[in-house]
Order: sequence, then structure tokens, then C-alpha cells
Amino acid sequence: MENIISIPFLVGMAYLFIVLIFRCIKWIAGLSKFDKIRLLKSITGRRLFQSIKETFMEALLHRKIFRKNPVLGYMHMSLAFGWFLLIVVGHLETMMAEHSMFVPFHKAVFFRYYESSGDFYLSGFFAFFMDLLLLFVLSGLMFAIVKRFRKKLFGLRRTTRLKSGDKIALTSLWLIFPLRLLAESTSAAVYHNGGFLTSGVGFVIDFIGNPAILYYPLWVAYSLSLGFFFAALPNSRYMHIPTEVVFIFMRNAGIRLKKQNDSYTDVQVFSCSRCGICLDKCQLSVAGIDDSQSVYLLKNIRNKNLSDEKLFNCQMCGRCQIDCPVGIETIELRTVQRIESTRDYNSSYDYLIQEIATKADVVYFAGCMTHLTPRVISSMKKIFATVGEGVWFMDEVKAPCCGRPLMLAGQYEAARKLIENNSRMILDSGAHTLVVSCPICYKVFKEDYKLPDVEVVFHAQYIDALIASGRLMVDAIGLRMVYHDPCELGRGMGMYEAPRRLLGRMGEVVHMKDEKEYAYCCGGSLGNIKITEDERKLLRNQALVAYESYSPDVLVTACPKCKKTFAAGRKMKVLDVVEVVAGAILAEKPQKVENPLAEQDVDALAFAPDMTCNL
Amino acid sequence: MSQFDFLKPKSRQIEFEQFDDRILTFVLERERSFLTCISCGGCTATCSAGNLTSFNIRKIGLSLRRGSINDLSDEIQKCMFCGKCTLVCPRDINIRNVVLLIKKRIAQLESEKTL
Repeated sequence: MENIISIPFLVGMAYLFIVLIFRCIKWIAGLSKFDKIRLLKSITGRRLFQSIKETFMEALLHRKIFRKNPVLGYMHMSLAFGWFLLIVVGHLETMMAEHSMFVPFHKAVFFRYYESSGDFYLSGFFAFFMDLLLLFVLSGLMFAIVKRFRKKLFGLRRTTRLKSGDKIALTSLWLIFPLRLLAESTSAAVYHNGGFLTSGVGFVIDFIGNPAILYYPLWVAYSLSLGFFFAALPNSRYMHIPTEVVFIFMRNAGIRLKKQNDSYTDVQVFSCSRCGICLDKCQLSVAGIDDSQSVYLLKNIRNKNLSDEKLFNCQMCGRCQIDCPVGIETIELRTVQRIESTRDYNSSYDYLIQEIATKADVVYFAGCMTHLTPRVISSMKKIFATVGEGVWFMDEVKAPCCGRPLMLAGQYEAARKLIENNSRMILDSGAHTLVVSCPICYKVFKEDYKLPDVEVVFHAQYIDALIASGRLMVDAIGLRMVYHDPCELGRGMGMYEAPRRLLGRMGEVVHMKDEKEYAYCCGGSLGNIKITEDERKLLRNQALVAYESYSPDVLVTACPKCKKTFAAGRKMKVLDVVEVVAGAILAEKPQKVENPLAEQDVDALAFAPDMTCNL
Repeated sequence: MSQFDFLKPKSRQIEFEQFDDRILTFVLERERSFLTCISCGGCTATCSAGNLTSFNIRKIGLSLRRGSINDLSDEIQKCMFCGKCTLVCPRDINIRNVVLLIKKRIAQLESEKTL
């Protein structure tokens, strides 16, 4: 009869364990053969300790959230780590009281209910410490409740919407610890076995009513809240707690996302805690789009109701991925979903004819976007001519696209056709270097093309190397420049320093608050297929306003698409890196170039369909 | 001569019995901006795929509006999705989305075997 109160808890716990074991088996069975071997190797080798350490640091201490936002970090840590300690210390306490190494699980959870006499070794210390831990968890819980209703206090502008499964789990989670406090307090009032907190609250309960009557219902309520939480957990967002551990182990084993859904995508999807940090980072909210962010993508994949409108409404800029505390690969995940969604309608591009390649040392591929910024091409030509490079301008007249826009749209098979065609052309030319002036092309050339013996370099790197080797000389033109990191180049390829180093040779690059991996997206991204032009303008203006506040002479970027987008904003002069270089080239005899930007004004502002600056 | 096929225009008669709006309505429901197209041809002039073949994105728009979906299904496969058309469009039409929607709808109709 005494044990009856632990039944809800035990039922919930058993259900949870069965579901977890079933899911784990399903996930591991769904991995490819190589991934299974990788996983096996990692849990038998030294990487096991690394995984355990990471689980401790991230899943319990929440180190990454702490770094971003200490208050939010404290909230997560006190709930996760505090609860973990309550379980461990509670178990130790029970072992001490029972003088046994093996005590049943429910005995430890309901220790204060079973244990009536408070006399065993260190009992006073345990009572004090358990109360301290409970206080620790309750403080975190208080933050959580405040956050739900006043999220601004936590530096969060928005938080995620909940569905019914989440609401049950959330309510029971919120009830667990206050009920535990009340239940233990009544025990303390009856048996005098509490610490400073429970004794105090017990005294108050004793003062108000009769603890002996309240004793039983409160413990039952505590057990029920635990049972409800465990039972609701698999169908709520709190499934992220166990899944994150699996995710860390799989990631450390070297398992990566494929070009199709497998169980690793599932693990990533279930690892999302819906903390909402990605919502805050996403620029789409400026344009009033608030249903397609990464957290909703993951939620929709999980609930199997992902619509094309949401899937393709994302800039793919990667700002959310940088800040995800769980380390979910949001951009790759979205790409995989796009591949899955458009698998039925890939193109074959049978019409592509093999053009004859010209033999050259260096191949220059401008790319579609660069063709819309002719000043970039003429600047590149000027530099090639100055250094006397034997270059073949591959797509000057005719060439297919690089394939990256297709990949961003999920048309992976179609993109492979273009890649094959372009690869053959480049290899036929016998070149040792491929220079590209568009980050969109650069990413796909680096990642998806197989070009043995051909070095793919971005134009900023190439020119910087030319200057460093003395083949090209530039003058310091003393401009104050703000450098905009293009998404595909910065977060996409991790190249932040090369363009800055190059610009630093000619002028001053202003340091900003939101730069490098935290840089804004220009709004023009090819990754987004659903956004309207008016919404793009709002995104662009957000970035422009931020850059304007540093009052630079010129806004420099390294992407033709960013350049066109910003130039249409008509707020400041926008130049590509290579245009700045072309304007600062020293001829044979050094002479001061007078106002190198004067002739470039027209082009920088040439394309501006909107004549008004709507802010 | 394929470069100059505008010199020998085909029949301009439109068969209203053959008007099939299944793709058009699908596109318009999801991409309203297509309504504002003035058929200026800017997209066709800049098109990467059009540079390599006779692909003509303006004609795609025309076939779409005339409901001649048989013309669409082969032609639309040639688009390379580079996005230059969207960038030059004076009416700010999201042409990439239009192309994606046409491809999707054609795939749907093909799977239903009603194309």
C-alpha cells in the first residue's frame, strides 16, 4: 500500500524507457553500413571520453548557451544539471540510509516519503545539500516561467509556439519541482527530516493547515507530475534531452548528413530543443516572415507537414547555424529536404554541347551573377592584363551556370550534369589555377567539383597573392571601407581574412559589431526562392542601416549578387573588392591615382529599380 | 537560322478548346507576382540557358498563359536556375519560383498520368 504512490512515476518511466530504446534501435538500424562501423569504432575507442565530456558540457552544463546569453544559460543549466545532481545525490543519500549499494529507483526518488527517521551517517549534510539543489532548480524554474511571459528580459525577441504535447510536458515539468518542495516540506513537518528550505516551508504549512492530511495527496501529485512528464516527453520537444546525447555520439563518430534523409537527419531533427535562438538570429523576421525559420523547419519535418512555401523561404545564409547551441546543421538539413522535395523533377540538360577548351595556365570563370556586374569583369581583365597572365576567360561568351543555384534549389542531380560539363572544359584547358569572382561559384567549385591538379582560388586570394609576390603593385588610396561578408564566402566557406587583408593594403577596413560569422545577409540570396522583392528590400535595408552607422567612404563586398543588391539601395557607394584594386593599381612609374572612385560611381548605382528608399 | 526563328512566325491561332489552365492556376495561386509580367523580354535577353540553346523564358510565360502545357513540359527543363532573370526583371517577378512551380506541377501531372 505504501508503494502505491510511486506507480504513476514508474509507469511513466517504463513507457519512456521502452520508447527510447525502440527509437535508438531504429536510428542505429537506419544508418548506412559505414556509419554503423564508424559509430562502433567511436564508442570503443578514445573518442568515447570526448563524447562523454561533450555530453556533460553541452547537455548538462549548456556551455554554449552560457557563452551567448548567461541568464538563459543559467536557466538551462540549473534545470538540467540541478535535476541531474538531485537524482545522483538523492541516490547516494538513499544508499547511505539503506546501507546498500543497490536501492530501487523509486525508493531514491521518493526518499523523504519512505524515510521517516532522519538518523544515518551524514544525514544532516544530505538534507542541507538536497535542499540547496532543490533551491537551485527552483530558481531556474522561476526564470523559465518569467521567460515564457516576459521573453524580452532574456534578450530574446521571440520564442517558439507550442503544440498540445509540448503544453502537457511543459506544465508537468513546471509542476514537478514546486510539488516536490511542498511534498518534502510536509514530510519535514511530520517527521522533522528536512533541511533549511523544506523545514522552513514545512513550518509554514504546519502553521496554516494540517500537514498529516496534505502529506499523502501532495506526494501523489508529485508522482503524477513526474509520470505525466515522462509519458509526454517522447511526443514533446523535451525529446531533445535524450536525443542530444545520441546526436553528440554520432557527430563525434564522424557521421555526416547525406544527400538524402537517413536516421542521422532524424536524430538532428529530434535534438532541437526549440530554444528559439535561431528565431532571434533570422533576418526574415524583419520582413514579417515568421513561420519558416530553422526551428519551424525541424518541427515541420518532425510532424511531417513541411510545405514548399516554408521549405524554400529561407536565405540559406547560415546565421542560425552559427548560433545553434546544439550544433544542428540547419542549412545542410534544409538542403537535404529540398533535394527530397524536388527529386521528381530534375533536368537532364541534354542540350549541353562540349565547347572546345582553350589551352591556358589560368582559367577565369566569372559566373552568371558577375555577368550582371560588368565592372567586376573589366576590373578582372585589367588585373590579368597588368600582370600579363595567360588566362582563358571560360564563360565570356557561352558557358553553363556553375550549378550552385540548382543545388540551393535542391536540384542536386541536375546540378551534377552542369558540374560534369564544366569540369571537362576546365580539365581540357590544362590549367593549374581556376579563378572565380563569385562566392556562389566558389563554394560549389571547392566542394562539389573534382578537379585534380587544379587549384580553385577566389579572386581576393588570387590578387592578394599577386601583390604579395610583387607582380602587382597597388597604391594606398586611404579609403575608409566597410567590408560586407558574403554569406556563401564567409559562413559558407570560412573565408574572412583574405578580402580584409587585400583591402588593408589599400585603405582602412572598419571593424564592426556584426561582422565575420555574425555578418548580415544582403537579402538578395539565391537560396530563397519564395521571398518577394519587397521583402528582400527590408532585409537589405537592415544591413545597410547597420553599415551606414560606421559612415564609411565606401561599402566593399566580394560578391556580385551582394553588390547588385546593395547598389539598388542607393545609400552609399558599393564596390567589389576587385574594383577597389583595379582603381589602385600602380602603373610602371608610380603616380598618384586621383580619386579612383570617380569613374565608378555610375556603375555602382546603375541598377536601381526602386527609386525610393523605403525604410 | 535557329537564331532567327522569329522571322518565320508560326500560326497565331489560339485554340481555346485546348486551353489547359492546370499549371497556370497552380502558379498564380502561389506566385501572384507573375500577374504583373509585361512580357518585356529582359529575362530572355540575360538568360544563361538561352545563351546556349533556343530556350526562351518569355515564351514560357506565353505558353503558360495560353494554357498550352505540352509546349511547356520540354522547354522548362532547360532552365539552369541561375537567377539572372529575377535580377533584371523590371516588375520584380520571382521568376525562379515560377519555374520551380511549373516543374513541380508538371511532375505532379505526369505522376497522375494526366499530362
